[in-house]
Amino acid sequence: MAAQAKSGAFLDNLGKVYMIYTGGFFVFVVLLGILEQIGVPNVYIGYGFVFLTILVYAVIGVLSRTAEAGEYYVAGRSVPALYNGMATGADWMSAASFVGMAGSLFLLGYDGLAFVLGWTGGYVLVAILIAPFLRKFGAYTVPDFFAARYEGNFPRFLAVIVLIACSFTYVVAQIFGTGLIAQRFLGMDFTVAVYVGLVGILLCSMLGGMKAVTWTQVAQYIVLIVAYLAPVVILSFKKYGLPIPQLTYGQAIADIAALEKKMVADGLAVALNTTTGAGIKPHATPFLNYSPGNFFALILCLMVGTASLPHVLMRYFTTPSVKEARKSVAWSLFFIFLLYFTAPAYAAFSKLEVYNLIAAKTSLANLPAWIFTYGKLGLVTICGKAAASAEIVAAACQAIPNQGGFLRHQDLGINPDAIVLSTPEIAGMPYVIAGLVAAGGLAAALSTADGLLLAIANALSHDIYYKMVNPNAPTATRLVVSRVLLVIVALAAAWTASTRPSDILAMVSWAFSLAAAGIFPALVLGVWWKRANKAGAIAGMIVGFGLCLFYLVVSRYFPGAGVKYFGMSALLNPISGLPIVDLAKAMAAPNAMEGWVTLAHPMASKVGWMNINNISSALFSLPIGFLTIIIVSLMTKAPSQEMMDMIDNIRRPKGESVMKEKDDAVGAH
Amino acid sequence: MAQSNAERYWGRTSTLMWIMFALWVFFSFVIHFFVESLNSFKFLGFPVGFYMAAQGSLIAFVIMLFLFSSRQEAIDREEGVAEDE
Repeated sequence: MAAQAKSGAFLDNLGKVYMIYTGGFFVFVVLLGILEQIGVPNVYIGYGFVFLTILVYAVIGVLSRTAEAGEYYVAGRSVPALYNGMATGADWMSAASFVGMAGSLFLLGYDGLAFVLGWTGGYVLVAILIAPFLRKFGAYTVPDFFAARYEGNFPRFLAVIVLIACSFTYVVAQIFGTGLIAQRFLGMDFTVAVYVGLVGILLCSMLGGMKAVTWTQVAQYIVLIVAYLAPVVILSFKKYGLPIPQLTYGQAIADIAALEKKMVADGLAVALNTTTGAGIKPHATPFLNYSPGNFFALILCLMVGTASLPHVLMRYFTTPSVKEARKSVAWSLFFIFLLYFTAPAYAAFSKLEVYNLIAAKTSLANLPAWIFTYGKLGLVTICGKAAASAEIVAAACQAIPNQGGFLRHQDLGINPDAIVLSTPEIAGMPYVIAGLVAAGGLAAALSTADGLLLAIANALSHDIYYKMVNPNAPTATRLVVSRVLLVIVALAAAWTASTRPSDILAMVSWAFSLAAAGIFPALVLGVWWKRANKAGAIAGMIVGFGLCLFYLVVSRYFPGAGVKYFGMSALLNPISGLPIVDLAKAMAAPNAMEGWVTLAHPMASKVGWMNINNISSALFSLPIGFLTIIIVSLMTKAPSQEMMDMIDNIRRPKGESVMKEKDDAVGAH
Repeated sequence: MAQSNAERYWGRTSTLMWIMFALWVFFSFVIHFFVESLNSFKFLGFPVGFYMAAQGSLIAFVIMLFLFSSRQEAIDREEGVAEDE
């Protein structure tokens, strides 16, 4: 077939194709830089970046269109380890990683490193416990494995529920991120920007499914990593004469520590008060924002969650072999590592710039322009008010007694989302770098959204429609159903994002605990413990996922009931060890027992068991999930001999894959 | 493949998994229990406790996975269960 010959030639020349692409991208950046120098307005530079990159992704998406189920669901199982690693990197690193992580590290200092550790170490679990075996099994989706290993469509259905619960809020956040970036850099209306982002996402995924998403994700990885590294490499070179920020920011951290002391001595910052926990928190000192218990619980939940998120696991179905699947996890981690070990440098350099600004006793009348750029978006506050203009700042600070007319540490509030986007401006770089960063953030958001949408749509079309509703559906019908569902899910997500749902965005961090609690125990025991059976898995998934959801919902939305009926107590301030909310007073208040409370409620997300923040709720549900599977399995009949043989087969790389879809033409060999 | 071969293969695979798992526990958690004492040492200007969480453990994870992949491949070959090329 002509199409196959073409795709064969493409696979043989991957290196060349992506080298040319990367070179072209550099030329494009330089070209826009020149245009900026000769006076083309910034907004056109921004449009150039955003539309040209989206156009390239869309072209790749359209060229990769396919009518074969094997290509649509698992990219024909032909993606080499290295490229699958890059695609996984883009799939994994979301708008939150790209835009938000350095900002969290800026604010949280050492404690923010829980995210850096948690979002990388999980790949060790993927490689040693899960990915090679799922590849050998040869499924199209993660729920496929549950159906085969635990003998029935009910375990499949449970897996689909968990998958949708953790993926949908996540995809909403990606589309929201797209809207934010387009709004900031193109000056578009937020709602319009959300739907423009939606078109970009659909163009990449709809026609070619996994195959198209794979090759656009590789292209998106290249853009996002270049964009992430560029500003911080430039900063490092400017400050310390060495363009390797990962090595030089040790010096920046030492400089930050010195500035922290200087600002306190000069009355520009308040020293840390160990009884109230207020004041400036030294950057490298641990456990000032999270207690040690919460720090380690968060690492565990993020890692196990990483190893359970279906949109990540399904990427390892696309490699040509089990061996390549293992290698591909290593490459994935390497490509993710490039960004994550740079993020703390980003945080340190921008913190150094900001602290230098404060330590220089900057007068409120002399604030740099970036403060107002981001103040207008509500991302920078001074003296408690969004710093939209010099007049607003002056008025807000006059209302504070003894403010003194200088920018002080305690006056300045920076939203974590502003750090990466504003660093080029804070450091006074040309606009082309800011535009590049915007393109990178967009690539991160679009690529993750593609992967998530595909995971949801495939679960609905393959697992629900084909496997449960209409097993006789021909390939053409299945692909039509899949594409229609993809559009419906994408529209639903875009609509949700356009309503600016603050709750949904906060819930994204729950996805990791939910995935960990619902999927991990049954998945791991399914491979590593032959005795695990259907009854055990069903019980374990329901109990683990249910407990996790219960803890999240009660501590966030029904805190009064949590305290009164479920033995929850107030979380503690990690510095002073005192409760962060006075429960006696809060429980006596008239709104104490209200349900579905907003985050402004005095107890919302401030109560829990054993001082564990609800972001780490899988800490309770993971052990309970494992225990339930083990106990219920041992109390019920052992799996059949055929099942034992199937597990042996999964464990052995050699031979045919267990499950072979009739249209998975290029399946195992 | 004879039963005993299969058992030996799975035994070696499991051992490798447990070694990697132990290293994972060490670099994810154990080393960071000592962050405060490690912070009194300096490496490239970094407090060592901070460095381990920001870079050290991450580098260890990456190296571990490439080692794991090549070790497991060797086991596959030696036990005759590697995939046909």
